[in-house]
Amino acid sequence: MAKGGGESVRRYFRELSVAAVLGLVLLLLAVVAPAFFSPQPLLSLAAREAPTLVVIGGMALVILSRQIDISVGSQFAVCGVAFGLLAAEGMAFPLAAIVAVLLGGILGAVNGWLIAGLRLPSIVVTLATMVAWREGLRWWRQGQFVDLPDGVQWLGLSQGGGQVLLIAVAAALFVALAIGLRHLAVGRVVYAVGSDEEAARLAGLKPRAVTFGVFVAMGVLAAAAAVMNAVQSPQVDPKAGTGLELRAIAAVVVGGVSISGGRGTLWGVLAGALLLACVSPGLTHLHIEAYWSRAIEGAIILLAVVAEGLRSRKEGRS
Amino acid sequence: MSGAPPILAFRSLRKSFGAVRALRGVDFDVKAGEVHALLGENGAGKSTLIKVATGAHQPDAGTIEIGGETLGRLDPAGARRRGIACIYQQPALFPDLNVEENIGLRLEERAGWRRVDWKQRRERAKELLQRVGAEVAPDEEVRALSMPEQQLVEIACALGAGARVIIMDEPTASLTRREQERLYGIVRDLRAAGVAVIYISHRLEEIFALADRVTVLRDGESVGTRAVSEIDEAGLIRLMVGREITHLYPPRGDGARVGAGGPALSLQEVGCAEGGVSGVSFDVAPGEVFGLAGLVGAGRTELARALFGLTPATAGRIAVGGREVEIRSPRDAMALGIAYVPEDRRRHGVILEMAVEENTTLAIHPKIFRGGWLRDGAERALANKMIGQLAIKTAGPEAPAGSLSGGNQQKVALARWLATEPKILILDEPTQGVDVGAKSEIHRIIRELANEGLAVILISSDLPEVIGMSDRIGVMRGGRLTAVLPGGAAAEEVMSAALGRTNG
Repeated sequence: MAKGGGESVRRYFRELSVAAVLGLVLLLLAVVAPAFFSPQPLLSLAAREAPTLVVIGGMALVILSRQIDISVGSQFAVCGVAFGLLAAEGMAFPLAAIVAVLLGGILGAVNGWLIAGLRLPSIVVTLATMVAWREGLRWWRQGQFVDLPDGVQWLGLSQGGGQVLLIAVAAALFVALAIGLRHLAVGRVVYAVGSDEEAARLAGLKPRAVTFGVFVAMGVLAAAAAVMNAVQSPQVDPKAGTGLELRAIAAVVVGGVSISGGRGTLWGVLAGALLLACVSPGLTHLHIEAYWSRAIEGAIILLAVVAEGLRSRKEGRS
Repeated sequence: MSGAPPILAFRSLRKSFGAVRALRGVDFDVKAGEVHALLGENGAGKSTLIKVATGAHQPDAGTIEIGGETLGRLDPAGARRRGIACIYQQPALFPDLNVEENIGLRLEERAGWRRVDWKQRRERAKELLQRVGAEVAPDEEVRALSMPEQQLVEIACALGAGARVIIMDEPTASLTRREQERLYGIVRDLRAAGVAVIYISHRLEEIFALADRVTVLRDGESVGTRAVSEIDEAGLIRLMVGREITHLYPPRGDGARVGAGGPALSLQEVGCAEGGVSGVSFDVAPGEVFGLAGLVGAGRTELARALFGLTPATAGRIAVGGREVEIRSPRDAMALGIAYVPEDRRRHGVILEMAVEENTTLAIHPKIFRGGWLRDGAERALANKMIGQLAIKTAGPEAPAGSLSGGNQQKVALARWLATEPKILILDEPTQGVDVGAKSEIHRIIRELANEGLAVILISSDLPEVIGMSDRIGVMRGGRLTAVLPGGAAAEEVMSAALGRTNG
């Protein structure tokens, strides 16, 4: 790894440039608004964003395999409510969390079966399941919040302890995904399927099994994120996760994963996720009106897409 | 007729795509009221010539004369304006629109906001359909039409546009006998009406039934134009294949050693309904290169896909190493020691974004990565070995496969399958689009692999290649194996079998 530094820079140029932008933003904040780095608010920010990071990791997997999943927000809401209800029924936290995660796996398997089994396009399938889960939840719960019993919020720890734990869990999941993609044969296969499904099939791989597995993993991760989100407040909001799919896709794209699959790394995605997570609180610290935040996020995404387009055009020519 | 000036003529036409010289001096002309057949092997330059005639490609050199006007280049609108129309093998109509809408879109002036005159549109469609003898209602959706009906609609469009030259690219390829007869009638009517028809076909019998003159293309050159009355089939085939062998092939295998110990692969009456293959029987021995010749669409790739389990065989028996087997998936095939390097490497042979080394190990993950952990050292070592063995020119094992030249990408595809240590290697057009140097290297490698005991099935449309490389040559036509010839057979013999002549 150490040798051929120039080669590494060239190969990971995209990841490094996102990281550089992130560094610049943090530097700017350090100079102009050092209050951004005061520990308590920063810890809260990180804990709030931790579940999103887990979803982003799953979305990176999905997009690398040349699919898309816009039902993650609805999976997140359904699994969060399910977790809350089970906990309210008196089920022990670990068991309730496991059941919620299994439910996420099942919701993901539904997507996977429709997409890999019936060969339907993922954008339409997950649009349908997004609406179905979300509206089904609304019909079932009538928009009611679920009150969590005592001891579930922050898992009975102090707020600070709970926050640190959640951040650690998110980081561990994300790093596990990154290592899996880089160092496991199945990770390699995800890249192969995302690059060229037919070529992967001709090489004796099973692209449809891979696609199915990716959607199951996405469901599991969305559910885990929902649990991580639920334990941060005394109640579970049935509308949680609205717009989550867009934030996840944005972070993945900004992080340099090609929307046409097969290309990008989770380290770039991490940089992209952190960059987007900094925009809104950073602006607050810079005393810029909050409504600019969406515009700036949009500009960052646009920039990432343009960079990606230029790159693939350049390669198409050579 | 011979005195009339040509309505369309090409003079010393040249066209290259990068290093590939598709047209290297084509002279060709067609007169009003003439059917002029164009004949040539796959890759002889027919499609490029059509594309130049319709303005899709610009020639690098040479001139095009249309109705006395001499042009250096032509664009699609200009070609249409001058009355050149082409009926492709696959009609290019809009399937969701009905017949009159399709005709209207082709023929009516584009004026964005003008109201559509439906009545006039329908009248015109009716009249044109009548002229070509199509029994098709103008308001029928094109999706519901049969292939020949769609062709008739195309021809109607050409007539409606006032075409003086109509190019037909293998129009009878997907027609039944009766539909063919009807099409011949239409072609004769067109000729009687003074239209010049350029008729491209592989079927010698229809050239003799229909054409007035025939021009043979070979390796991008027009090698001869004859009046059909002055030449016979054997003469035509000689024109098509008659070239000097400019390329040396590695010496064939030792006949005595080959075949000892029974065939590596044995097919009996193998068929695949989806691929249109039926009743194929042959054996391949270890150490043998078995060539598969035939025209594009003869069923060779389909047979290979059946043997590799991509579209499993639906009939007959396959035996590997003397044991009868069932091959239902690529995994089954790989477990039996069958490897398949597909045609069209640019798309699916290698994964362009992935590194050379990653491509090399793609088919052997369970073997090289025990427990599912990538072991970079083992991978790198294998890749370096393959790079050395196959002389792959690459910046290194970690360079993306897409950064390599075509021939070297082909070698990477080969490396992937050699890594599986196969017993039977199926190569589908291994040297297509590869430069001359890489081509002979690939030939050398193929022969070396055979000498090491591999049974090789070599699918190739390159006639000298399949003749020069193979120990035996199977010729396919219409999904069937029509002949098995010895290596080094005369090109005329192979071509005759491929074209469906029992003797040359």
